[in-house]
Amino acid sequence: MTHRNPDGPRISRRALLTLGAGAAAVPVLGACGGVSTSGAGGGSGSITLMSNQFSPVEEKQHFEQILKTKVTAEKVAFNQVDTGIFASTLQSQVDAGKVQISVVGALHGDLAPHAARLIDLDDVLGSLGDRGFSPELTDLAKLGGSTKYVPWMQASYVLAVNKKALQWLPSGVDVRQLTYDQLLEWMTAARQGNGNKAVFGIPAGVKGLYHRFFQGFLLPSFTGGQITTFRSPEAVTAWQYMKQLWAQTATASTTYDNMQEPLQRGEVLVGFDHVARLVGAPADKPDDWLMVPAPSGPKGLGYMVVLAGLGIPRGAPEIDKAKDAIKTLTTADVQVEVLRQNAFFPVTNAAVPADLPAAIALANGAITAQRAAGNAILSLPPVGLGTRDGEVAQLFKNCFKEICLDGKPVKQVLEAQAGQLNAILDELKVPCWQPDPAGNPCRAA
Amino acid sequence: MRGWRLAVQLGCVAITLFMAVPLYLIALAALSSRRSLNEFPLTLLPTDVSGETMSTFLRSTGIAGGLINSITVGLSTVALALLIGLPAGYALARWTFRGKDAYQLALLLTRALPIVVLSVPLARIFLSTGLYDTTYAVILLHTALALPTTVLITSAIFLGVPREQEEAAMIFGASPLAAFLRVVAPQALPGIAASAVFTFVLSWNEVLGASILTLNRRTLPAQVFTTLADSPLAFRFAGGLALVLPALLFIAAVRRYLLNMWGTTLR
Amino acid sequence: MTRRGPGVPGAVWLILPSLIFMAVLFLWPLAVGVTQAFSGPDGPTTAYLRRMLDDPYFWQATRNTALLIVVLLPVQFALALTMALLLRQRPRLAGLHFSIWVVPLAISDLAAGLVWLSIFTDRGYLNSALAHVGAGSYSWLSFEHPVTMFLAVVIAELWRATSLVFVILMAGLQGIPRDYEEAAAVFGAGYWQRLRHVLLPQLRPSLQVALILRTILALEAFAVAQALTGRNLPLLVGETYQWYYTLQNPNVATAIALVVLALSSVAAIGYLRLIRPGPGVTG
Repeated sequence: MTHRNPDGPRISRRALLTLGAGAAAVPVLGACGGVSTSGAGGGSGSITLMSNQFSPVEEKQHFEQILKTKVTAEKVAFNQVDTGIFASTLQSQVDAGKVQISVVGALHGDLAPHAARLIDLDDVLGSLGDRGFSPELTDLAKLGGSTKYVPWMQASYVLAVNKKALQWLPSGVDVRQLTYDQLLEWMTAARQGNGNKAVFGIPAGVKGLYHRFFQGFLLPSFTGGQITTFRSPEAVTAWQYMKQLWAQTATASTTYDNMQEPLQRGEVLVGFDHVARLVGAPADKPDDWLMVPAPSGPKGLGYMVVLAGLGIPRGAPEIDKAKDAIKTLTTADVQVEVLRQNAFFPVTNAAVPADLPAAIALANGAITAQRAAGNAILSLPPVGLGTRDGEVAQLFKNCFKEICLDGKPVKQVLEAQAGQLNAILDELKVPCWQPDPAGNPCRAA
Repeated sequence: MRGWRLAVQLGCVAITLFMAVPLYLIALAALSSRRSLNEFPLTLLPTDVSGETMSTFLRSTGIAGGLINSITVGLSTVALALLIGLPAGYALARWTFRGKDAYQLALLLTRALPIVVLSVPLARIFLSTGLYDTTYAVILLHTALALPTTVLITSAIFLGVPREQEEAAMIFGASPLAAFLRVVAPQALPGIAASAVFTFVLSWNEVLGASILTLNRRTLPAQVFTTLADSPLAFRFAGGLALVLPALLFIAAVRRYLLNMWGTTLR
Repeated sequence: MTRRGPGVPGAVWLILPSLIFMAVLFLWPLAVGVTQAFSGPDGPTTAYLRRMLDDPYFWQATRNTALLIVVLLPVQFALALTMALLLRQRPRLAGLHFSIWVVPLAISDLAAGLVWLSIFTDRGYLNSALAHVGAGSYSWLSFEHPVTMFLAVVIAELWRATSLVFVILMAGLQGIPRDYEEAAAVFGAGYWQRLRHVLLPQLRPSLQVALILRTILALEAFAVAQALTGRNLPLLVGETYQWYYTLQNPNVATAIALVVLALSSVAAIGYLRLIRPGPGVTG
């Protein structure tokens, strides 16, 4: 007789039966290979637009609504993914020749490494002559030769100011026409007035866009260039200034990926960030907020433009529908709607209406003033770096870390990072882009 | 003896507080209005309950579909992983053979390599076999990720079941399979249940693999991953809570098998 | 005694499905993926390895990962063992306690990072609680306070991952009959002696499995640390993701992944050799 503890554990027959039934039912559920999650019913003539933009849940819902109501000729399924997954998916699908995406939408810097995987869109751009794309943007869209993407929307970076911070503004200073020195003075006074707690913040987190501040705003304003003047004496001045500014900045900035939330929570009162990541802050009480252009420096008001574009992968299904969808997304109606809902600005000559939501109107005011300033220096994100774009951005982040956080001597750090920058640029041999003079090949002098 | 019992009770309560308080805080934050999350100091009691962030999150595209896909993938992965892994675990427990250590090591090391570096080749395989963008692809990947835990945990548990009982059953005429099913398996139930729990939770929460292998038929985490990561804090809490609940249900269902204490069952 | 000799074919049949399954799925991607670390545009190269070694973040990451494991693992195992032993005493409400202790298992590391971020952040629940009782607030996660930053990560990981070890140890404890302990008690052995000489040796297989799994998973954990500290506390797998996605350099990313693999191998081999399930434990 096998010795079995009569009170021991058993699998009851009923449990075994349910287990078996469950195990049998599961393959049936999976038989269709899964339920569609794309919201456009998957097959039957719908096309997929994969993008890394509009990731916050409300932005995503707004854009899906726009796609549903404005892009009526075909059903477009909006597939929002992380930038890394975007690159991975595009690469694996195109290289394997089994593409299921019809349109891709991403920032210039995200599309540039995949220039060879996108089809030429010269014909589409040609047919959109009445949209009034500015020539700088269409030039950017020519990733090495022919047009690889159609400009979709643009944005820039501004300063958001809670009116509470105005009490420390030095007298005689116009907050809408700040200089960097005035900003520093202001933030110093604010810190002292606020019980030694800094009120200024920058998005210096892992996903923060603080490197754009250095590339497109600080350095051009002080040195007039981005790459060629990387280790010039003016650059040394710029970074010494940054060190002083950092002393007046909330140190929690190294955890901020965007400035909306710290501003909303009141952790900081003045923040610099991408417009779409700032508009949430004034949303509740727009009257308590100002949005102002970035400050200007000795050489002018350096500002950077962010461009997003729509491309079609090589071997995509339903190319005609894809081109049609792209054309519809550049109509004035859709462009203004995207501005209204998601704070990304038109790239066309669409007229910006007067009845914008308050927060967006604030942003619009700042961006227009920034662009129209007499001493404005347009700075572009790096052009032609392909997959090395991330590494170049990292060099600017390294400068910040070593100079401001680690306290190393400025000249030494700039020399070291310039060495690495030149190592990359010498490999790529690309011409310089704005604001640097169009020299070929580009390198740090 | 009284002091001992008291110490045990206090210990249990202390640990329960440590585990439970953060859970309470997720629930609190997920069910608060957005405004209240911007105040400081934050309230520690549910004074401003609001379902707005949860309902916005739940109305996102593909939540229902993602849920169904995740459940399908999770349960199938458990079934497949047990099917392949149980025999292997049994073999590791009962036999010594050349290459046993190497086999265990190889199995473990597939789990030790971050699969992010395998993103593109893995997608390639499924693209060429036509399984891309189906739940089958995700089930296969998740099973592969879950096999090491399944094999190892079950082998450790089988080691704890005395061989004599099996042999006794076989002496009395039972086939090896019957001996396994009626003598060994019931006693190894806690281990089998444990690896089932791990497998389901692993599959439920796995986001990278599911993201690279699917496009329009995503699992729930893959569908909401980026949306969640970049949304305002309030939505992240709502999403975090929503994602946790089904996994909790699975654990509740399997709980009694985890705790088949010798002679008693804790309910 | 474990079977040898003619029993071998049986074992092979039982492990064959798993071998075939893993080989079909992983062999080619591994071959392709791993060679990324060594093959540049002009053939085999160690340039990527050198790149990895020159990066200051890499050395910080290695140091932090090692530190995290050395501090976290012993505490986790002590805690998990305590939890399992406490429940073995069958206190009141044991079912409730068990249910709650198992819940963190279901929580993904992203959600766990989020929860603990909301607790430790400057305007989070911890500082709120301190403000309610009148004590000042403190920047727990600031890079200027590396000690509290590290401790915050340890506590968050402790909360998230101890359940795994706990469940494995519980499952192992289930199979240990009380007869041996009771016999030892009859002969005058105290609680700690019974623990050391009777219980723990029988728990060896479970301990070994838990150690191996937990170490491998700990080497891979980075989401919680990243949520709490950004890149102020770099960790090896975090750097892998950084190089793969942000810096778009899959080659260096693979090199770092191979370092993680190497560390895991060393740990796994060590555990397999050092903690052999002793003879006489089972048939």
